[in-house]
Amino acid sequence: MFKIVKREEMAGGTVILNEIDAPRIAAKARPGQFLILKANEDGERIPLTMAETDPVKGTVTVIYMVVGKSTELFSRLQVGDAFQNVIGPLGQPTHIEAGKNVVCVGGGTGVAVLHPIARGMKDAGCKVTSIIGARNKDLLILEDKMRLASHDLHVCTDDGSHGRKGFVTEVLRELLEQGGIDQVVAIGPVPMMKFVSLLTKEFGVPTLVSLNPIMIDGTGMCGGCRVSVGGETKFGCVDGPEFDGHKVDFDELILRLQAYTEQEKLSRHLCKCEGER
Amino acid sequence: MEGTNKKSRLAMPEQEPKVRAKNFEEVPLGYTPEMAIAEASRCLQCKNPLCVQGCPVGVDIPAFIRHIADGKFDLAIGKIWERNSLPAVCGRVCPQEIQCEGNCILGRKGEAVAIGNLERFAADWERAHHVCELPSREKATGKKVAVVGSGPSGLTVAGDLILKGHEVTIFEAFHKPGGVLVYGIPEFRLPKDIVASEVSCLQAQGVKIECDVVVGRTETVDELFELGFDAVYLGVGAGLPRFMNIPGENLVGVLSANEYLTRANLMKAYLFPKVDTPIPQGRHVVVLGAGNVAMDSARTAMRLGAEKVSIVYRRSRAEMPARSAEIHHAEEEGLNFELLSNPVRYLGDEKGRLTGIECVRMELGEPDSSGRRRPVTVPGSEFVIECDLAIVAIGSGANPLLTRSTPDLPLGKSGYILANPDTGKTGKKAVWAGGDIVTGAATVILAMGAGRKAADSIHEYLTWGW
Repeated sequence: MFKIVKREEMAGGTVILNEIDAPRIAAKARPGQFLILKANEDGERIPLTMAETDPVKGTVTVIYMVVGKSTELFSRLQVGDAFQNVIGPLGQPTHIEAGKNVVCVGGGTGVAVLHPIARGMKDAGCKVTSIIGARNKDLLILEDKMRLASHDLHVCTDDGSHGRKGFVTEVLRELLEQGGIDQVVAIGPVPMMKFVSLLTKEFGVPTLVSLNPIMIDGTGMCGGCRVSVGGETKFGCVDGPEFDGHKVDFDELILRLQAYTEQEKLSRHLCKCEGER
Repeated sequence: MEGTNKKSRLAMPEQEPKVRAKNFEEVPLGYTPEMAIAEASRCLQCKNPLCVQGCPVGVDIPAFIRHIADGKFDLAIGKIWERNSLPAVCGRVCPQEIQCEGNCILGRKGEAVAIGNLERFAADWERAHHVCELPSREKATGKKVAVVGSGPSGLTVAGDLILKGHEVTIFEAFHKPGGVLVYGIPEFRLPKDIVASEVSCLQAQGVKIECDVVVGRTETVDELFELGFDAVYLGVGAGLPRFMNIPGENLVGVLSANEYLTRANLMKAYLFPKVDTPIPQGRHVVVLGAGNVAMDSARTAMRLGAEKVSIVYRRSRAEMPARSAEIHHAEEEGLNFELLSNPVRYLGDEKGRLTGIECVRMELGEPDSSGRRRPVTVPGSEFVIECDLAIVAIGSGANPLLTRSTPDLPLGKSGYILANPDTGKTGKKAVWAGGDIVTGAATVILAMGAGRKAADSIHEYLTWGW
């Protein structure tokens, strides 16, 4: 059992932070790696990339949006409650090169995953400019932390309720036009990563994206997390989660992420009925 | 008893095909004590029993059968336990027809003694009555052994070494122990409470099991030594699904058998939405391949309500690698066969979902290196099988996760671990390996046989040195 030692609600309760007691994983985890979590006996195994690790305290932190039954069950766990299973650290850590001029782009809960990478790059002596965005002010998370992890932070909202009105790609385009950028890291909703990658390709700037395909074991055993990267099939769990954004077939990924939409709707619906009882 | 004579064996009662094709209950129902005694009485009690030679773990088969014939079921299970710690499993999933039963003298003129059925009977009888005492443990040695993977070979190593007085900890990457016995083999062939009971039997003897530990990620092999283990056994299974590598394989609706069976078995997705893990419900399901895993996938699809399930296999029926009992059961349940057919591409709709598979007809040519006639494409014979779910069951490769994190562990060409076939010793000191990660995908009992040899060698090392 893996106890929750801290729980926070963000973005008006739609996004949850869980800090979980898992010393063995915390001792090993590096930025960019992910966990698989399962709430209870009948639960689903859900992959989530870590937002934070504290090897001294022996904890790992995940931040997720409540989107289906499993995340709904996660969100009901309080401090002192436990996940039945937490497995990790899985996947390849982010490859961080010292002294680069990097732009980190985050959207939605992707900002949570981006944060340790931005911080790691800053610590490694990179110049880090970050752009984070959300639909509106209430949905924006970790602005203060991202400010600390970056030399320069740009904030955008789709409706202009906070920061600049517009998409992260608009700010990114301006930065790319100014030139001098060695690398872009983009983590967020798949369409955001797709459009960031299309944009940076125009400018020939290498771009890293972090994917979260559907998977079961996280060790390369099921092959459910297949993604096409440069025409080759890769496994998100062991070859990723980070890939070259210029090579990822995002359209295929979007379709594959919808494989269980109908079942997910049913499951969520039944879960809500149960919650109301 | 009716129908028993020396020539023909007593068939085990089974669920009716039409009924069982719609449920996940076990197919064979087991012998009654009377049936077991009658079948056991057929055994000739050979002086030089060939059946034992056919058993990878060397169970004293005539002895346990004689105990059953005498109605002494507790002695029978005790006799099996001397050599086999997982009899309820082996009685169900061993390919007896090419092992013990394949060697039975009675089989030359009539039918072999139903050794597997009798082993299963003895194990089930014990599970229901709990009268036989577990073998006793030798004095504690203070030595610690880490077993990586809780499948059949890992469980065997653990069971053997705990009796020798060593401390044994099994590390399992999944959240439940049992390896392929829980994620791969379906409930209707091997009920999961049987695996759980064999595992808790080991725990009762002192074996520790730590789930959710991915060796290669959570801990490396070298870190296990730093944690104080004196020897490490790697029984992690093959664990890398093979795909056809043909166009359209990433369409929604194309799954590896590993994924499909893991959803159904380990995650119990056949109970969805009562449990949370979904599984694709195909109307017309195509299974690529014709081994045991393919049969398991096909029979699972039927039970999940498919209207039609077809095996697509590029050779002919005679070359199908599955156990004959599995093919027979699947056929009774209504499985279709598209033999001498080879998929060339998957077809999909605008939503990226599978709609069919284009295949070509094959004919058998000259024998290849495996001695089987090589299938050759018939030009211009393309045809389409409409389907909304395809399960790829064409075998596994070696999963590199653990081996990549252990750079000084010598590997063979395809990434399998090199290990001495007699001892399981690898090229890395104090590390043994066995089962599918050494041999490539094989059977439960062969993995257990490898575990038995490695356990002997580990015990020798812990007593005398490398």
